[in-house]
Amino acid sequence: MTLDETSPMPLALLAEQVLNGLQFGVMLFLMAAGLTLIFGVMGLINLAHGSLYMIGAFAAASVAGATGSFLLALVAAMTAAAVAGALVELVVIRRLYARDHLDQVLATFALILIFSEGTRWVFGSFPLYLDIPDMLSGPVTLPGGIEYPRYRLALIGIGLTVALGLGLLITRTRLGIRIRAGENDREMIAALGVDISRLYTIVFALGAALAGLAGALVGAIQSVQVGMGEPVLILAFVVIVIGGIGSIKGALVGAILVGLTDTLGGIFLPSLFRLFLDPSSAANAGASLASMAIYILMAAVLIWRPTGLFGARG
Amino acid sequence: MTLKTLLLSAGIVALAGTALAETKVGMITTLSGGGAGLGIDVRDGFLLAIEQSGRDDIEVIVEDDQRKPDIAVQLADRMIQSDRVDVMTGIIFSNLAMAVVPSATAQGLFYLSPNAGPSALAGKGCHPNYFNVAWQNDNLHEAAGAYANGAKYENTFILAPNYPAGKDALTGFKRFFEGDPAGELYTKLGQKDYAAEIAQIRASGADSVFFFLPGGMGISFLKQYADSGLDLPVIGPAFSFDQGILQAVGEAALGVVNTSQWNKDLDNATNAAFVESFAAKYDRLPSLYASQGFDTANLLLSALEVADPDDADAFRTALEAADFSSTRGDFAFGPNHHPVQDIYVRRVIKEGDVYTNEIIGVALENHSDAYAADCTY
Amino acid sequence: MRWGLVNAVMLIGLVAFPFWALAADEPFMITLATRAVILALAAVGLNIALGWGGLVSLGHAAFFGIGGYAMGILASHAQGYTPLMEWPFLIEGTKSMPVIWLVAVLASALAALGIGMLSLRTTGVYFIMITLAFGQMLYYFAISWTAYGGEDGVSIYVRNGFPGLNTLVPVEFYGLCLGVLLGVLALNAAVIHSPFGLALNAARQSPDRVRTVGLDPRRLQLAAFVLSGAITGLAGALFADLNRFVSPSMLSWQMSGEIMIFVILGGTARLFGPVVGAVVFVALEHSLGGLSEYWHVFLGALLLLIVLFARGGLIGLVAGRGGGS
Repeated sequence: MTLDETSPMPLALLAEQVLNGLQFGVMLFLMAAGLTLIFGVMGLINLAHGSLYMIGAFAAASVAGATGSFLLALVAAMTAAAVAGALVELVVIRRLYARDHLDQVLATFALILIFSEGTRWVFGSFPLYLDIPDMLSGPVTLPGGIEYPRYRLALIGIGLTVALGLGLLITRTRLGIRIRAGENDREMIAALGVDISRLYTIVFALGAALAGLAGALVGAIQSVQVGMGEPVLILAFVVIVIGGIGSIKGALVGAILVGLTDTLGGIFLPSLFRLFLDPSSAANAGASLASMAIYILMAAVLIWRPTGLFGARG
Repeated sequence: MTLKTLLLSAGIVALAGTALAETKVGMITTLSGGGAGLGIDVRDGFLLAIEQSGRDDIEVIVEDDQRKPDIAVQLADRMIQSDRVDVMTGIIFSNLAMAVVPSATAQGLFYLSPNAGPSALAGKGCHPNYFNVAWQNDNLHEAAGAYANGAKYENTFILAPNYPAGKDALTGFKRFFEGDPAGELYTKLGQKDYAAEIAQIRASGADSVFFFLPGGMGISFLKQYADSGLDLPVIGPAFSFDQGILQAVGEAALGVVNTSQWNKDLDNATNAAFVESFAAKYDRLPSLYASQGFDTANLLLSALEVADPDDADAFRTALEAADFSSTRGDFAFGPNHHPVQDIYVRRVIKEGDVYTNEIIGVALENHSDAYAADCTY
Repeated sequence: MRWGLVNAVMLIGLVAFPFWALAADEPFMITLATRAVILALAAVGLNIALGWGGLVSLGHAAFFGIGGYAMGILASHAQGYTPLMEWPFLIEGTKSMPVIWLVAVLASALAALGIGMLSLRTTGVYFIMITLAFGQMLYYFAISWTAYGGEDGVSIYVRNGFPGLNTLVPVEFYGLCLGVLLGVLALNAAVIHSPFGLALNAARQSPDRVRTVGLDPRRLQLAAFVLSGAITGLAGALFADLNRFVSPSMLSWQMSGEIMIFVILGGTARLFGPVVGAVVFVALEHSLGGLSEYWHVFLGALLLLIVLFARGGLIGLVAGRGGGS
């Protein structure tokens, strides 16, 4: 399917798709922000970040099922993910800061196995139910006659608010100053008497809470099941690499870039191919190229700027 | 002892092992990771039938393929080489079936498929020792196409993931659909966000939607579709509306029409007994997959009454007769050892707190598949 | 040196294993061992880039898969008696392992050259991620490549042939794979002690010093990356032949992760490290898988303990830290 020539308002459709790309992007940002913070401050590659996303979704589904309140579910998601994150940091991650990336990759890969199968052990093999709250269900009509799901608009709002809040936290608060100091010179802030290990735990829990929030928010329109975190994790890595590792601004720009590329690529590539192929093969070839689009984008960015768009360190 | 005598004596031990009149069944199915729910249902249905038969000379060896083709092949090698099974079964996913079945049947084993039915194994790649008890992959999609004609849909929007089973699905639908699809879309395998696709459906002017999105993909699509405000009628194959998955979709699935060769309210004695005993034993309602596992075991049991797998020709003839009472009612094999059966139209309803299906009609009667003509033994 | 002893024990074990399996009438154990040997070969390939070159590639499944598809494509055409290509000149499929190996090695070397040239512009985490991206590109391409089965992959009915051997007999195929592995290990040992290997080692530890003697560290690393990709590609062809099947799962990032685990588990930059890692991993997978449906939990816990408390991998644990090649 492509943009139909007879379609009454291709511009409105385009606008709707841009909103979709934006919504996908801001959710990726919630994941990517934690990853990039953790890497920036502690120098750690955390493959288990996707598991925290999953924990958030499962906690939200359980609490929503028990209480019926979506707001409580969100709180539970962030709390559960933050607690899991802090625990993991204290027990395992802490021992990995001084290690090279290889050990970190292996250890956090091991954590994925433990979290995924452990969750399946507790919750079983079938997907869990989590739905959007009544207050946010159904579409709204935007200017220009675009009908757009209210919940997705809310996601864009929440995502941008978190981005703004995170920006303020980093630039305006004491914690933010310490985080930035930690990124620049670890020995220095330890020498200044900042309790570095507590700072690390806090940063890790913060990143985890954001991942848990994303898991719960996205789980409501997708499915809550074991293994949901890994595809998002890979995308989040693509995002932070494009943006430049350690940079919150880069994560935001990268996330929106990836969201738009993925969404718009899926629509425009098939119509591009339809100019010189029959509809079925065009749908096929377009879909194939679209599924590779973000990786092509990432490779292109890295070849052009080897440390990402806003990256400083190698 | 030289190596040669050692090998020889090992061979004798193996012979002595098979001399005990015991049938070994190797079941390779998906029990962990994504898709585990399906394999668990097939296994439970299969074992229930074996247990009810009261036979203690059948040993079922169950192994988990983790949905990885190389693991499945490795397990098949083990079952053939070490456990020396007579019959194999259990595989859920087509790509795993393609990895295991051709070489297993080439080595003389019987394979009874409780789920996957790739077109390659129904047509040119068919094998006399391969039997499919569920369906050929296209069947339920063909039935959906036939249903769309009956419902007077003229420009259905169709979508499926960009992988072989997805292409088979859309091909199957179009094979029977007489209208002109308003759009045809291949999504990414494993995709969870369908906002872009839903926007295209909205813009396409379609009068209905057909989708094949198994597992979590279907859950996501249905929830997002329900929330989009679009109210075009939706049709799909049973896979996205089955007992295991339906509770996770919830209200978004209510009223959706789907095609299936089985449902728990099918009116026959075998089915009623199956549904009751399954629910009693496992404390959940049986799914489509459970019924397929149950039927597969009963087919095997019916053939074992007549012949021993060691006598391959007699055993094959016994399987071809399909002399068992199926949970689906009438059941027969076509010339390519794939089912000839009715395919029903179901609708999603809510019974108390549980989402389930009811049958509202028949889409295709005595339906076989499009590949039988290509199959020559 | 104790690590020399470890290598010798490993070597004797690999050679003696099939005799034990035959004696114990466990033919499947030989198939399992073949799997371990082939995965070890893939990891030996990665170890050249990762261990000696310092290039942490999370995309080696790309080469593994290219090798696999070289086998799948050539053999499926030979099996169906359809030519691979008729224009501009005729190319037929083949069921001969040596030819398939040659194609697998050339194709994956070529891919490694392309991917390496682009990826080596980056370093550190960016290098990890760009190799991952190239792997994912090929993965999604293979899934939608209908000519060769897409996600269903390509299966062949009979294992390909090798002159003078019946490859369908498990022990003969095992012997063949072990022969290849030992040959590649010998090559590996020769390479790391050659001037090229010494320069590569130096390039990892201090690129500047290499530059001052007039060598280009990037070119050294690229050469190592190509060699590494070619070996992993060869392993891919063997792996596909072991399973008589190839599918996109050979190209998945989980596969890249597993190959990397073999290397780290055994010990990086140690000749026999990847072999130990692959053997231990396959043995664990086999024994834990029988114990519980949820065996991944225990596998994860075990891996974690090894990373946290056995630095330098299993060989390091047994043989002490120093002394690696």
